[in-house]
Amino acid sequence: MGFACVYIPDFLVQAVVRSQPSLGERALAPLAPLALISGAPPLWSVVAANAAAFEAGIQLGMTKAQVAQFGTVQICMRSEAQEQAAHAALLDVAWSVSPRVEDTALDTVVLDLEGLSALFGADENIARELARRVVAIGLAARVAVAANMEVAIHAARGFPGITIIPEGEERRLLGALPVGVLTTEAETLDVLERWGVATLQALAALPVLQLSERLGQEGVRLSELARGIRQRALVLAQASSIFAEELELDDAVEELEPLSFLLGRLLDQLCARLEARALAVRAVRVRFELQPSFEKDFQALQEELRRKPEVKQYEKVLTLPVPMRSAKTLLKLLRLQLQGDPPAAPIQKIYMTADAAAPRVAQNGLFVPCGPDPEKLEVTIARLGKLVGEGNLGCAELVDSHRPESFRMARFVVASDQNKRCGNGEPNVRENSGPRGVVTGLRVVRPAQAVRVELRDEQPVRIYLRGMRGEVIAASGPWRISGDWWQEDAWQQEEWDLAIAFPAARKEGEQKRGEGMHTGLYRIYYDALRQGWFVRGEYD
Amino acid sequence: MAASSLATLRSKIESDLRGRVASPFAYRDRNAFELVSTGVPEMDALVGGLPRGAMTEICGAACSGRTSLLLSSLASRTAEGEACALVDARDSFDPLTGNAAGIALGKLLWVRCQNIEQALRATDLLIQAGGFGMVAVDLSDVPARTVRQVPLNAWFRFRRAVEDTPTILLLLEQEPHAKTCASLVVRLEAGEARWTQAAVSCYPFAKLLRGFSARGDVVRSRVQMQEQQVIDIRGTANSGCAPTRGADREMFQTETVWRSR
Repeated sequence: MGFACVYIPDFLVQAVVRSQPSLGERALAPLAPLALISGAPPLWSVVAANAAAFEAGIQLGMTKAQVAQFGTVQICMRSEAQEQAAHAALLDVAWSVSPRVEDTALDTVVLDLEGLSALFGADENIARELARRVVAIGLAARVAVAANMEVAIHAARGFPGITIIPEGEERRLLGALPVGVLTTEAETLDVLERWGVATLQALAALPVLQLSERLGQEGVRLSELARGIRQRALVLAQASSIFAEELELDDAVEELEPLSFLLGRLLDQLCARLEARALAVRAVRVRFELQPSFEKDFQALQEELRRKPEVKQYEKVLTLPVPMRSAKTLLKLLRLQLQGDPPAAPIQKIYMTADAAAPRVAQNGLFVPCGPDPEKLEVTIARLGKLVGEGNLGCAELVDSHRPESFRMARFVVASDQNKRCGNGEPNVRENSGPRGVVTGLRVVRPAQAVRVELRDEQPVRIYLRGMRGEVIAASGPWRISGDWWQEDAWQQEEWDLAIAFPAARKEGEQKRGEGMHTGLYRIYYDALRQGWFVRGEYD
Repeated sequence: MAASSLATLRSKIESDLRGRVASPFAYRDRNAFELVSTGVPEMDALVGGLPRGAMTEICGAACSGRTSLLLSSLASRTAEGEACALVDARDSFDPLTGNAAGIALGKLLWVRCQNIEQALRATDLLIQAGGFGMVAVDLSDVPARTVRQVPLNAWFRFRRAVEDTPTILLLLEQEPHAKTCASLVVRLEAGEARWTQAAVSCYPFAKLLRGFSARGDVVRSRVQMQEQQVIDIRGTANSGCAPTRGADREMFQTETVWRSR
């Protein structure tokens, strides 16, 4: 078969319901009327409603006040942003099945099914799969499959559920549909109504010549559509790389818990869309519109009200080391970020975009040791960052400098090539090829601790460290180092390696060497610019 | 009849515990560990290696070679391609020395803590994350009386968390505190420092610190030494089981690397 059409009935209502699942439970129920209003306040009028609302007596064009008199009818604002997001999600679903997709209307997409039977099987399977995927993005669809594209479109608009129109049966099956399913001008439909033409079968029975004399080429087109013989080419849509979801709140959210719930919903929608396109998230950008603050004195507030209030925004960017698609993990990471740096005011609008990337391919070698799961590790790193601070976590990256303590912290990434690269992708200054014997360990004292040193013939003989006096029993130095003299943070030091004996009773945890004495090996230095002695570290 | 009801009961228990306990009726020898090299041949000869899925305590006074042993172990693990984590309770790790020891710094997650509470919490998180070849917790600079106040259930929790995982939990302290939770406890003592000869006789300080010697004693070990039964088809030196344990005390020498200065 040739084409499949996916049609979303009550699209405006479904787009709003999609972003508010709690509303959806009410709206999709048979006795849960919902009406959408739009327009400039206070002249709001009804622009869409679900079947239950129409049954309750709601009519298009009613004012908000009139709708409010129906106690059971839920009133919501129409959201064009949510409509665009729902439409983008619908297109994503279509692209997940076929690469040839037509963006027919906001609520309608058409797919070319040529060559898909090898992948999905029979047309019924394709239609069912399409319906399932549309449900996954939070919409309820009607799907029709036919050899003719226009037939598929009208069948989807006219018949509920999944409809398969066999080739040759188009005219008979479409005949039962009302002429209202045809896309034409309202005046033409009025003319047909005056003629008493109510169904496509009646329209198809009219002679084409006489119809063209009265309605022109539009009459011929409508007749062909009613008979299911109208042909046209598919207008291919270009796949978009922008994945965005938006949520405007009636009441501003102040606390993290309800905000997490909303973020989780947006992430679910984004991840479902990305999954439909076989993509993953590389970065998530969340922009919050904050409620204007009123914590000002009356005078300032008066001045503020004279001009248009400025909307404050707050942005968070979550960059991931590896592409992932787990909404749960992304929500945890976002929560941790927001806990560490919460917005300053209540949030009234959330705008979330995802940078898409190809999903991670985890194909390890047979002898490659298993590393931490990247998604789990990212959450752990975020938690650790909250615990110890972002700057105190990661992998050390050496800097090409002779300055002592010259390293920087980079992001820890578990990847197959992390031995060569880490953090921001710059290669390590020194590559390591494995253990090199037992190297004497140095424990660095951070920040460097000031000490008092007694000299004899310019050589240290006694040291006062942590309230204790130690005798220098062996020394090596001075090793003069300096650099960056052309910069403000120049450094010039003289390093010494010392074996120092401390009295045993006053120093806990020192090496015992002889009666009543403990010795330790230290690296100290004289800072020529600061004119003082400091301990760099202890050999261990 | 009795046998069939027993089998039914057994299968019911197994199905109820599925996902939580792998094989509830299988006997598991808790003292049989996979051992990996410490990177120090003398210590491998002494203890057989570091046990996976268990807690190992390296204790000793300052300048006793704990850090040197830690660096060697980390270098050995990262060279095998394993991701490692170092929980540094007092932020005393020197990346320059670590690099000189052969640690692939890109494979080492360094958590720079400010106190022991942060260190214990970070250790908890890292063990729960899983997948690390070694999680080293450096409490060397934390006073022994502070570490003594850590509740025993914290050590039990750590032991239980690493059990049945390939992670080596290595603790560096001044005194052993984990009691029976540690499968292997090694105490290190410092030997003599070694210096090069003075280059100029009139100036005795014109010499270099070559290193020092350290002595290791096994305080407690529940690790069963066993013959290597798996043929290492990769042919790597450090991946398999270390040689059979020899004496109860071994000495090793450290070498100071000066090229980094």
